[in-house]
Amino acid sequence: MSDIERDVMTYDVIVVGAGPAGLATAMRLKQNAPDKEVCVLEKASEVGAQNLAGAVIETGPLDTLVPNWREDPPDICVDVTGDEFWMLKKDGATRMPTPPQQNNHGNVVVSLANMMAWLAPKAEELGVEIYPGFSAAEALFDDNGAVKGVRTPDMGIARDGTLKGTYEPGIEIHAPITIFAEGCRGHCTKQLVKRFELDTDCDPQTYAIGLKELWKVPPERSQPGLVQHTIGWPLENDIYGGSFIYHLTEDRIALGFVVGLDYADPRFEPFEAFQQWKHHPKIRALIEDGEIISAGARALVEGGWQSLPKLEMPGALIVGDAGGTLNVPKIKGIHTAMASGILAADHLCEAGAVDGFDAALRASEVGSELKKVRNIRPGFLRGKWAGLANAAWETVTAGHSPWTLHNHADWRATEKLAAVENQPTPAQANDWQTSRDLAPRDRLASVYFAQTEHDENQPVHLQILEPDICVSRCTQEYGNPCTRFCPANVYEMVDNDAGEKELHINAANCVHCKTCDIKDPYQIINWVTPEGGSGPNYTNL
Amino acid sequence: MKILVSVKRAIDYNVRIQVAPDGSGVVKNGVKHSMNPFDEIAVEQAIRWKEDGTATEVVAVAIGDDAVAEQLRTAVAFGCDRAIHVKTDDEVQPLTAARVFKALAERESPDMFLMGKQAIDDDANQTGQMTAAKLNWPQATFASKIELADGKAEVTREIDTGLETLSVDLPAVVTVDLRLNEPRYLKLPNIMKAKKKPIEALAFDELDVAAATPIKTVTTKAPPKRAGGIMVETVDELVAKLKEKSLI
Repeated sequence: MSDIERDVMTYDVIVVGAGPAGLATAMRLKQNAPDKEVCVLEKASEVGAQNLAGAVIETGPLDTLVPNWREDPPDICVDVTGDEFWMLKKDGATRMPTPPQQNNHGNVVVSLANMMAWLAPKAEELGVEIYPGFSAAEALFDDNGAVKGVRTPDMGIARDGTLKGTYEPGIEIHAPITIFAEGCRGHCTKQLVKRFELDTDCDPQTYAIGLKELWKVPPERSQPGLVQHTIGWPLENDIYGGSFIYHLTEDRIALGFVVGLDYADPRFEPFEAFQQWKHHPKIRALIEDGEIISAGARALVEGGWQSLPKLEMPGALIVGDAGGTLNVPKIKGIHTAMASGILAADHLCEAGAVDGFDAALRASEVGSELKKVRNIRPGFLRGKWAGLANAAWETVTAGHSPWTLHNHADWRATEKLAAVENQPTPAQANDWQTSRDLAPRDRLASVYFAQTEHDENQPVHLQILEPDICVSRCTQEYGNPCTRFCPANVYEMVDNDAGEKELHINAANCVHCKTCDIKDPYQIINWVTPEGGSGPNYTNL
Repeated sequence: MKILVSVKRAIDYNVRIQVAPDGSGVVKNGVKHSMNPFDEIAVEQAIRWKEDGTATEVVAVAIGDDAVAEQLRTAVAFGCDRAIHVKTDDEVQPLTAARVFKALAERESPDMFLMGKQAIDDDANQTGQMTAAKLNWPQATFASKIELADGKAEVTREIDTGLETLSVDLPAVVTVDLRLNEPRYLKLPNIMKAKKKPIEALAFDELDVAAATPIKTVTTKAPPKRAGGIMVETVDELVAKLKEKSLI
């Protein structure tokens, strides 16, 4: 489709993604140089609508960007009043000492979706132009191979590829500098890392899937500001994961469950683990007779220091979780994402070019914070207890171990069915309950609470590069794990008219979590941007 | 030909509506809003007429708080020449809207006032009819096709029994239905330009209209939860159950 004539707009800087990293970059750019024209593209229909996090945040970068923000805080913003860390068994819970990284004194609990919607007008006041509903479909390159901007997706193409009456070609936006702030497993970032070989000197990136629900609970159950985390059941020892329970005002509680995507058993279902956890007596007592308000899922980066790719390339920078600045032991990435954006803007202001940003970030507080905790997450590769012991060592020595533990690609960790079929399934091994009664009943019911929307008549945005593998090799070797790791029931194996199994992709259900792109054992699922504005519409997640 | 087209900011059709805990209405804070889809169809129609030379000027009008400017900008991005924002922080009921629209029509003297047949928030389906009555203009509602000729509009209406065609003298109020057209995707450059266009702001008293909410909402409640169904094994059992509940 290279012969399409496209409109071209020009800016001084393009920022891809209006999440914490992108907005921080754009705001700081305007603060440093008010006459620079800064354009922010956001694939969600509104700023915040596809941001999902816990989220307890450190407010440092926000204090830098908006010094008086506490005078007009976001709707959801609760000072942390206490931290609790629990080890769960199927029928009981033991309070454990809170790991020092998880001491949240001075932090606030927010909803990231709500906070981004609140921050966007502040960015606009500074003169940042934000365009929700327009994603970056691909990066564009000049004759020397440098990034020269991005292209927005074509709209009005039918599922079969023909042009509809409403067809509207995407436009090109050019700028001397493009900042990719797409968040975890960014679609353009993924291409750029490959094209510029940005990951040759680092370990593979690793990921987790986070599932979250917001509940309205009966009066007096929520203790605003209480931050609780659990490990253990329904994942005993073999799978890295845990939960968060953040108590909000107005009888609301945010619940979430995070599972490392380096789990081995292809029969494992992250969504089901989350639902099982909600039925633990301790959790159930909080939410029973309450009402689920919203739900969603998003992959997050876990690779940290040793998986951080090079963050600069000709004409472009990568900031936030598109690169992977999340601090796993702290379970926080918003402050580092924002700080990396501020650093990028300051670097561009001082150096006038992208060169040197990667080194500047590594030498910054963000870099040292990640380096200090680099060995904690990989220590859990040998199970929960070894991981906790290693975490204690790394904490006591403040990350001064002379070694750096390595990360391995999550999809490679998946075992074949043949290797696990004689072992109990994760459900059996962890003694999961056979019946559940708390909402949502299943993944389809959950998608309803994500308010996700895609025009059904558009090309499927989950491209299967080699469809034959799905029905032949994958069915035999792994039992089609996509039908289990996807939290939105996008992938289904169905019988076709000839009585054969066929992969059916319910692309309209997709909540843009990117788990399939990450965990698929053959790496043949390619997540591309659907029509702008498609996808989940999260409220207060 | 000059066209006025009304635009309402409504909770987006994708949003799962929640009743406010205090019963004062539905939760609107932090909820996605967009242009009422039927108004979008009206705007699209007006712009198509502008593009084919039938219309010379298209003016978008809206009533509401500051946030409404967002939907007016969307209308400008579609191609409307101007936008008028009648400001109020109060709830706007159909009769109040009709009074405002009458005042705007008298001020702007359009040949047609195009509106969505109803807004997807209150589903009142009254504003167009009331505006026509207030102006003493002809009205044609639920339009699925509109043809213009010789100072008249031939409007095909979707009614319960099928299609009905009316011929109305202009100026008239025409409200549009779903099948009239499929609105376009907005071009990013047009959205960019619309951001920089001024929106004319007016107060109720500048139009000599009293801000009133004649209908008072006493309380808003979610429908009672339905009890779960039961499975029956046989037809006999089904019949017995129905009899038990005196349903047959």
